[in-house]
Amino acid sequence: MERVILIRYGEIYLKGQNRPYFERMLLDNIKKALADIPGIRVSKSQGRFYAENYENETAVIRALTHVFGIVSVSPAYKVEKDFETLVRYSEKIMENLLSHLQGKDVLTFKVESRRADKNFPMDSLSICREMGGRLLDRFPDLKVDVHHPDVILNIEVREFGYLYHEVIPCAGGMPVGTNGKAALLLSGGIDSPVAGYMIAKRGVALTAVHFHSFPYTSDRSKEKVIDLCGLLTRYCGPIRLHVVPFTRIQQELYEKCPDNQLTVLMRRYMMKIAEAIARSEEAVALITGESIGQVASQTIESLAVTNDAVSMPVFRPLIGFDKVDIMNIAKNIGTYETSILPFEDCCTVFTPKHPVTHPKLDRILLSEKRINGEELMREAIENVEKIQIGKEEWK
Amino acid sequence: MEQIYLDYAATTPVVPEVVDAVTDCLKKDFGNPSSMHRLGIQAEKRIKEARKQVSDLLRADPEEIIFTSGGTESNNMAILGTAHDKKRSGMHCITTAIEHPSVLNTFAHLEKQGYEVTYLPVDPNGIISLESFRNALREDTILVSIMHVNNEIGSVQPIGQIGSILNGLKFRPVFHVDGVQSFGKLPLYPEEWGIDLVSLSGHKIHAPKGIGALYRKRGVRLQPILFGGGQQGGIRSGTENITGIVGMGAGADWIAQKHRENSRYLYELKDKLVSGIRDAFPDAMINGDLENGAPHILNVGFPGLRGEILLHALEEKGVYVSTGSACSSREKKISHVLKALGLDDRTAEGSIRISLSYLTTPEEIEAFLPILTRSVKKIGMFIRR
Repeated sequence: MERVILIRYGEIYLKGQNRPYFERMLLDNIKKALADIPGIRVSKSQGRFYAENYENETAVIRALTHVFGIVSVSPAYKVEKDFETLVRYSEKIMENLLSHLQGKDVLTFKVESRRADKNFPMDSLSICREMGGRLLDRFPDLKVDVHHPDVILNIEVREFGYLYHEVIPCAGGMPVGTNGKAALLLSGGIDSPVAGYMIAKRGVALTAVHFHSFPYTSDRSKEKVIDLCGLLTRYCGPIRLHVVPFTRIQQELYEKCPDNQLTVLMRRYMMKIAEAIARSEEAVALITGESIGQVASQTIESLAVTNDAVSMPVFRPLIGFDKVDIMNIAKNIGTYETSILPFEDCCTVFTPKHPVTHPKLDRILLSEKRINGEELMREAIENVEKIQIGKEEWK
Repeated sequence: MEQIYLDYAATTPVVPEVVDAVTDCLKKDFGNPSSMHRLGIQAEKRIKEARKQVSDLLRADPEEIIFTSGGTESNNMAILGTAHDKKRSGMHCITTAIEHPSVLNTFAHLEKQGYEVTYLPVDPNGIISLESFRNALREDTILVSIMHVNNEIGSVQPIGQIGSILNGLKFRPVFHVDGVQSFGKLPLYPEEWGIDLVSLSGHKIHAPKGIGALYRKRGVRLQPILFGGGQQGGIRSGTENITGIVGMGAGADWIAQKHRENSRYLYELKDKLVSGIRDAFPDAMINGDLENGAPHILNVGFPGLRGEILLHALEEKGVYVSTGSACSSREKKISHVLKALGLDDRTAEGSIRISLSYLTTPEEIEAFLPILTRSVKKIGMFIRR
């Protein structure tokens, strides 16, 4: 007998000819996610993966629930496939469940089985029937309920016998790295980590860009962004964070451009710099946490003007989300608590009291020419601080 | 880049003399002071020495020193310990509006338990009026807790006079003084001044963090707030932090020595600093009491600037100061102390605290002034329109 974890993946089935590639990427990502578990082996067999040879099952499961591409996992007994052995371990599972009955006096159950090995003498129906009978004989507190059982005991007969009763849902999505790379504009607020999470879930590897306005924002706000990246790496794998010194551009805009346009102009420069960094990182799209109407710079007119600054596609996965919905995802993925740490930014200096909410592109373009944008952007990009978060560059 | 640390009111570096004492203690004296054998006795001896070092500075007896985990615990112990002990005599306490949070929040906790607390206001110099203090006193007043030196603006409260007022009362409340900022920098003689309890902290006097003390005048009763093995006379259970204690003793020794060598040293530095700032910025506001303030704390407001931006701009040049208002895009968080002075928001938001120690040199002040001037001017170009 051995404890194993069955790992199921879903959507990558759809990928036809590419399926081996997707499976390889997923296996690779699983191995990376489990790199800290000593001795662990992960293998592929018949459309699923198995993780074996570990001590701390909880830690393995926790790591796996974060890997995009995995639909669910089940901790299982892997045993010799003869019926008596299967009975013995079924009893063991039931015994354990019965000992944890809280308040209830009976446990309802149902047996489901699958026989992939057609040489096994019993078909799946008779495995279920026989096993159900044996368990009822042994435990008087058990009752069969085929419609709404408390527990479903799964028995699979493959190259070995596998028994389990838990199916733990995982993150789903597609293996990170199977859909290229994109650059995430990461501010330190609630939205951008969620946006990054959502796009990474579609198999996209991330690189991150943060704009730092020292002394108007403190080094602590940079630390916060580093922490957020660290939280994202649990799902997205290693991330290279680019911290862009942005103060000079803000100061120039402040000195030379109309007050009410400052935010839109700043956003445009952020997008342009992010695009240049994305190119150098071989990323082909940008990701932002924008959502329509959330702030002045996110009216659709402002978004249109911002969008015009770049030619790369810009993914805005939160575009139609309400703030509460975004907050709920942030809580689920564990970035919320870090995001709401007090914003140590004094950027209000550069925040106009009455920003334009319906900017006109032609006027913004005229203002934009008032500063030496090319030179300032080059300077900013040259002085980018690159911080590698997570162990190595994701494939 | 050379560093100029001017944030000694936040914390101080551990000086080599203290490092040596602590290291020596770590290496040799691992005994539990409560043990009956020789090693325990040796450890206990070290604690006794440290008690003497600390009490000497207060002109107190070693037995009157209780070691704690720091200023916060000392304040909690003094306030909760007195309030619980005196509950039957009354439930009224007096403190000031500008105390440290470890005092104010402890009183807030007592208020929830039904105690009544009077918060004395301060004048624009940050000092309470003796008259309003007298008026606040009642027959059921059990505790008066007033800080010696304010941590943000350096104002010094007339604690000696308060002590004499209390001494003339028939039902005398317990008098607690938060002496964390003044210890080692200003004379502080509880016995002579009619003070019953004084909170002290190690890391403000070049000892490590995590160690502090409470002076408790002989005979003053306190209910413990920690329960356990009955160490330190049952008032503060828990195996003594002997390395911290030795460090605090050495720190007290060090700072006493410096004070003896030149008691005007910090004042001279502060004068130099003030006149430099006044020359460069006639508009700068000195917050708090310049005439009679503590020698090591200076709070300056540059109206219209944001203190936190100035802090970071100075940081970029290797200068470390602090600010009384955290700057946030969403809300203004102005310190309760600056508010209590009645400062307008513009000055309060533009205020920084510069704090000195015996490690500060005149050369550092000379180097600091032009950096401050340049930073203030640069930031002044970009203020919110």
